[in-house]
Amino acid sequence: MEFSLNSPILFVIVGGILLLVLAQSVFFLIRAWQAGKEIGIAKSKLRKAVISSAVFTIAPAVSILMGVIVLSKKLGLALPWLRLSVIGALTYELTAAENAANAAGTSLSDSAAQVSGSQFLNITIVMTLGIIVGLILVPILCKKIQGGMDKMKKKDTKWGEILTNALFMGMISAFMGLIFTDIRSGLSGWIPVFIMLISAVCMALMGLLMKITKWQWLNDYALPICMLVGMASAIPVTNWIGG
Amino acid sequence: MKKRPYDEQIHIDGRIWGAVAAVAICAFPLLVAILFRLKPDWGVVLKGLIGVAPIFWTVGLIEVFTYIPMLGAGSSYLAFVTGNITNLKAPCAINAMENAEVKAGSKEAEIISTIAVATSSIVTILIIALGVLMIVPLTPILENPTLTPAFDNILPALFGALGVVYISRNWKLAIAPVAVMLVLFIAVPGLSGAVGMLVPVGAIIAIAVARVLYKKGKL
Repeated sequence: MEFSLNSPILFVIVGGILLLVLAQSVFFLIRAWQAGKEIGIAKSKLRKAVISSAVFTIAPAVSILMGVIVLSKKLGLALPWLRLSVIGALTYELTAAENAANAAGTSLSDSAAQVSGSQFLNITIVMTLGIIVGLILVPILCKKIQGGMDKMKKKDTKWGEILTNALFMGMISAFMGLIFTDIRSGLSGWIPVFIMLISAVCMALMGLLMKITKWQWLNDYALPICMLVGMASAIPVTNWIGG
Repeated sequence: MKKRPYDEQIHIDGRIWGAVAAVAICAFPLLVAILFRLKPDWGVVLKGLIGVAPIFWTVGLIEVFTYIPMLGAGSSYLAFVTGNITNLKAPCAINAMENAEVKAGSKEAEIISTIAVATSSIVTILIIALGVLMIVPLTPILENPTLTPAFDNILPALFGALGVVYISRNWKLAIAPVAVMLVLFIAVPGLSGAVGMLVPVGAIIAIAVARVLYKKGKL
């Protein structure tokens, strides 16, 4: 078969893999839903978790789709579609693809030069092996790590709860630090900080609104709404500052 | 046959699905090689891997130890297959647990977190599939320079809103890691590419502070 970056057979393979992962996601959703009902979590609470998570996902998913478009210019559509729908993240996939492309004697930025079949295969192998660690280690280590956490919680429930909150804080603090990375480069480096502040103020106002109006439903949509407000505000803020 | 409790069954399901997903994901390059009669150039593969593996294998290892206790078993089995953990799945799960007012690390939290990650995975796969189907009309819209700043700032918009909720509720835990991370990233901007490695650093600082405060009865 003649190789082509957008060969229909590649789309069939990717579609098959994605259907499998979709089935896995549906399976876990049903399992968790049933377990939730068994331990007495209200159906309305479970439904809210589904709806708020779905709404929350829309903007980041569109941003991931933009990554697919970026990568597709060099690698065709099928491979980026697979890599960004499952397992990867844009930051990783871009770096891995660029490294592999360089090693294969080409570059992602050089969209004029066509990727050959063997270059494509080499890039695909590097992208697959480069991020395989989590996929292999989770089935091996998850039960042990979770067991350790459960033991700790049984010994001291309150400390177990504080520990999990501290882990959340670790992630949030790292990303908050990341937002300040470019502030020494001038006013344009402050744009992410301003967006973060706008989004934070929006969230605080949502909390206030919920308190005053007792609109509890707003709780499920507050984060996606504030995220969109922050993202939308980036357009005028960047224009004013000139990023 | 006696039904296994959720806590046990989820590990069996997670391992089976994880193995199937790993085989399927690795099958892609293999099928490309077979169908198009191509042979990999292992020298090129090795050269490419040397550029990414030391960092990404380390980050992968760190992420396993960071996100499993954070998200719980069910969502971890799924999130490590469906990807986009730090920029999508973990914030989504944290938000869902916060909204559901479940105690961090509890069985309720594990279930809500799994529902959030599963839903987010389904929606992501569907949106990207729809986008791929409509790639021709969508490309000029998504690549419009007017929209670029909005998508460039998705993380500040996300962590601003998420941060204000968490920091206001856990401000005693937040001060030290946030201060250290600000200093680190401002002093060494090059660290922006290693944010995955700094998540556990922030977590260790927060845990150390939490332990001291807890022992003193201030939490």
